[in-house]
Amino acid sequence: MSNIPAELKYASSHEWIRKEEDGSYTVGISDHAQELLGDMVFVELPEVGDSISAGEDCAVAESVKAASDIYAPISGEVVAVNEALEDSPELVNGDAFGDGWFFRVMPTDLTEVDNLLDAEGYQSVIDEE
Amino acid sequence: MANKTVLFNKHLESDAKMVDFHGWDMPLNYGSQIEEHHAVRQDAGMFDVSHMTVVDVTGTDACAFLRKLLANDVAKLKVPGKALYGGMLDHNAGVIDDLITYYLSDTHYRIVVNSATREKDLAWIAEQVNGFDVVITERPELAMIAVQGPNAKAKAATVFNAEQNAAVEGMKPFFGVQAGSLFIATTGYTGETGYEIIVPEDEAQALWQALLEAGVKPCGLGARDTLRLEAGMNLYGLDMDETVNPLAANMGWTIAWEPADRDFNGREALTAIKAAGTEKLVGLIMEAKGVIRPGMSVFFTDADGAEQQGTITSGTFSPTLGYSIAMARVPRSIGDTAEVEMRKKRVAVKVIAPSFVRNGKQAF
Repeated sequence: MSNIPAELKYASSHEWIRKEEDGSYTVGISDHAQELLGDMVFVELPEVGDSISAGEDCAVAESVKAASDIYAPISGEVVAVNEALEDSPELVNGDAFGDGWFFRVMPTDLTEVDNLLDAEGYQSVIDEE
Repeated sequence: MANKTVLFNKHLESDAKMVDFHGWDMPLNYGSQIEEHHAVRQDAGMFDVSHMTVVDVTGTDACAFLRKLLANDVAKLKVPGKALYGGMLDHNAGVIDDLITYYLSDTHYRIVVNSATREKDLAWIAEQVNGFDVVITERPELAMIAVQGPNAKAKAATVFNAEQNAAVEGMKPFFGVQAGSLFIATTGYTGETGYEIIVPEDEAQALWQALLEAGVKPCGLGARDTLRLEAGMNLYGLDMDETVNPLAANMGWTIAWEPADRDFNGREALTAIKAAGTEKLVGLIMEAKGVIRPGMSVFFTDADGAEQQGTITSGTFSPTLGYSIAMARVPRSIGDTAEVEMRKKRVAVKVIAPSFVRNGKQAF
């Protein structure tokens, strides 16, 4: 049912990353994750300049149903955050892989990127839930 | 196998996300519960509440029986169709259920009870009928659709026939009338105007479809919960149950203490509880980010400087207000402010009477 773009990489905790032209990676949560959570009401983001480590909880997605920690899929420095989510958290529901992105991170260890799941691997994570 | 209401296929046609609700397959939402919430506050929405249990109480002792069974007094109902909200208590004054009673005639009352409590309610009622000349008839062949919102009545009017429109013309809040095959009541669980319509099962799908075509938006359990909480209405199982007395559940107004000689179930225990003092149910608002959830702890310092603690019974994000609201059961000494223990921190909240939104507007 959910859509899983083939060009992205995924964490089993439902975050996705996309490589940008400047070498940074955009991070968001999957369409499957937003569907499980339901209407988003608040998103707490890290601050630009924060250092985050892979696996660390660095953001919170709070929906009508629950507050969920968002884990950093890769380590690095936060170089941008999606300020539009402050007033329009529903962007995460409407466009999880696009306008509903959370933050961008400049990676410090590219092997972490390789360790993430491809679309097929993420699909099997969902299937096992 | 979960129970399905007669409207199950209509929900699937509208792409409902179905969930198990106390043994019933019910719509949680049809895409966005927040959009559904706003539809009810700003226009018109409808809910399938066919899982609720309709019970007719008939017989020469119908009135006397209900005066014993319920903490509110059905003798207050003098005009046919008039409805009354209240609690059904056990002998310890615990709330077995909350329900609406419609007075149809001196020998015919209709009660509508919760679905989650159906079995224990019916068992309790069956135990209590001893010695009364009454007949208890469950009406599972009846479905129920709630149409709510500022435009709900106007949109429903386009669906009703002339006889039904004549019957509801000028009907005040909290009344019900049998009009043709429909029992149409000016009741609801949203804090908006509208109807709850009891309809024979074989007509329910056509009525739902007609309302859909009249522009009434289907709404699921998610929106139903945020709407009722904004309206400050209790949800059985969260805000009260058998372990809670009605005075500790903001239901004091539903207890008819007069006449003093009416011996309703739980009266003796409740009288003692009232004399000793009990907790109270308050409303909380939190303008900071975050959502208060059921089960979280509330803290405040009383006038003597002692820290007191209570519990969130219901909590949610209020789509109308844009921040979190909650109900909490707390010691009576609470003042105007408190703190809720959220994820890893305590957050300041304001304490108000539990009514947040009425007729689309902030109510405090």
